[in-house]
Amino acid sequence: MHRVRSEARPVNSSGPATLEIEDEDGTLRVVAHGDWTVRSVMAIDQRMRHLAGELPASGAAILDIADVGRLDTAGAWILRRTVEEFELHGIKCTLEGMDESEQTLFENVDSTPIPEPEVTVKINPFIYIAGRTGDGLIGVVGEFLRIVDFIGQVFLAMGRLVVKPSRLRLIPLVHHMEKAGMDAVPLVCLLTGLIGGVVAQQGATQLRQFGADVFTVNLVAIIFLREVGILLTAIIVAGRSGSAFTAEIGSMKMREEIDAMRTLGLDPMEMLVLPRILALIITLPILTFLADIMGLIGGGIVVMLMLNMSPDSYIARLQEASDFWTFGVGLVKAPFMALMIGLIGCRAGLAVAGSAESVGSQTTRSVVQSIFVVIILDAFFALFFTAIGI
Amino acid sequence: MPTATPIIEVRGLVNAFEDNVIHRNLDLTVRRGEVIGIVGGSGTGKSVLLRSILGLRHPDAGSVKVFGKDLTKLNDDERRLEEQRWGVMFQDGALFSALTVAENVQVAYREHLHMPKLLMDELADVKIRMVGLRPDARDLYPSELSGGMRKRASLARALALDPEILFLDEPTAGLDPIGAAAFDELVNNLKHTLGLTVFMVTHDLDSLYAVCDRVAVLAEQRVILIGTMDDMMASDHPWIREYFHGPRARAAQKSR
Repeated sequence: MHRVRSEARPVNSSGPATLEIEDEDGTLRVVAHGDWTVRSVMAIDQRMRHLAGELPASGAAILDIADVGRLDTAGAWILRRTVEEFELHGIKCTLEGMDESEQTLFENVDSTPIPEPEVTVKINPFIYIAGRTGDGLIGVVGEFLRIVDFIGQVFLAMGRLVVKPSRLRLIPLVHHMEKAGMDAVPLVCLLTGLIGGVVAQQGATQLRQFGADVFTVNLVAIIFLREVGILLTAIIVAGRSGSAFTAEIGSMKMREEIDAMRTLGLDPMEMLVLPRILALIITLPILTFLADIMGLIGGGIVVMLMLNMSPDSYIARLQEASDFWTFGVGLVKAPFMALMIGLIGCRAGLAVAGSAESVGSQTTRSVVQSIFVVIILDAFFALFFTAIGI
Repeated sequence: MPTATPIIEVRGLVNAFEDNVIHRNLDLTVRRGEVIGIVGGSGTGKSVLLRSILGLRHPDAGSVKVFGKDLTKLNDDERRLEEQRWGVMFQDGALFSALTVAENVQVAYREHLHMPKLLMDELADVKIRMVGLRPDARDLYPSELSGGMRKRASLARALALDPEILFLDEPTAGLDPIGAAAFDELVNNLKHTLGLTVFMVTHDLDSLYAVCDRVAVLAEQRVILIGTMDDMMASDHPWIREYFHGPRARAAQKSR
């Protein structure tokens, strides 16, 4: 702010804010120099803060700001704070050399005290830990219930679809099949091929010690077809598509697009959630099949190189080592895992509230949860298949 | 009182998006201490003009001088210093969603001035009260604020460093008439107490009447008229006539 310069007043000083403190027969005279702006007041902030405490009560003080160059809200606030501090100590305080615009500014830097935030009471750390644990547990249970609720809603929507198949949104379904399925093919193939090779190489090195290196083929076939193929694919898809579902639906939620859909009589379940989940259920088994093949090829290349086995005998050993169910066990798991990844991804998206930060935290949560669930599900399937003897 | 010294000078500004020319040889001068309102139909490039002045968009031709300096010709450090002399309130507030209202206001103190925490808190409280927010709003996050509060909080952030120019992008859009009138009052108040120059993009005729010293009309890819409200009323350009003599304009005028 540029002060209006009156004729009677000498040219004001500029530069850093400074203070001159004089004691005139018990009256403290504080003369301010320089610019009192947000950039310069830090220099005198501490000094001004302690002024009132240095004076005996019932004294008097004069703040002379006639020489101040520029005064802005920060400077005005410090003046006002000091005046109020003096008054609180019972010291009479007068301001000198203030012009009209500075006066308005001074009056505008209101200083009604803000109610202090409630002081947190120190609590027993054990109670605190117990409290945190309880909160966490309630959170987990609540989250579980919400997931169950969401699963119910999705199945209801699926039921409506079965009754009336024309409600299926074909174009979004195909779109998501392409994005979640087709586009994932190169990545899934590359990674599973490499892992297949690694499994074969490690297996061959260990089994060679027993002279049982031909069993590397059994190792690769069983581990890949039963477990690694599906698990790896599901984890890749959870990271790739589960997160995308959350982020897409989440930002739509944030921009009130979901609400807009509801007001237009459109069902977000039908428009957004079902196409995504169905797309995953259709594409994940296909991806798993590709992963199995690539794993066997990757393993095969290593076996052929390390054990000097011909492609013919590799295939023959593969057929001996595995039957249809070795392959079927892996593939059967795929739609269930797809369902869980889709459910978790979409639910996290719909749980977004308010800020962009929420999209981020829900996306993290969705990926972590779906990978966790995929592994748990795999463990349950392993128990189940062992129990029925496949 | 506005003085004749220009604080913003736009000369021969050209902005185009591929084949779509937004501005062609646009000239605009804003004087120190005035409140200027920018009006124009949708798509006439009000926001593009604002972004060009702020240096958020590099113009295709022409020069923009703020504080007498062409910001595009300064190096990074010099430009940053100049940028601290203005405050901007974006249309939807553009508050940092991870920070509370007080922390939003303190961003400039923290990053540019390295101010002690206590003083920073006090000054943030002063600004928060100055823009008419409840003091306890200081600890709320932007997602917990209503639209009007968000605008005020954004204004508090814009005012943090006591800027010389305040840019307001549609400050009263989305506010109820009482809130909008209070905002006009607030801008008037700030102009008088802080001696601000205010550059305001607005569609609100009441605001134009209430706070603007001058109005600039954007049309035909340039500023077709700049002057006081009386000049606007006297113009016989068809768009200006329709804008300032339409039914809503008459209502706004009647209420003066």
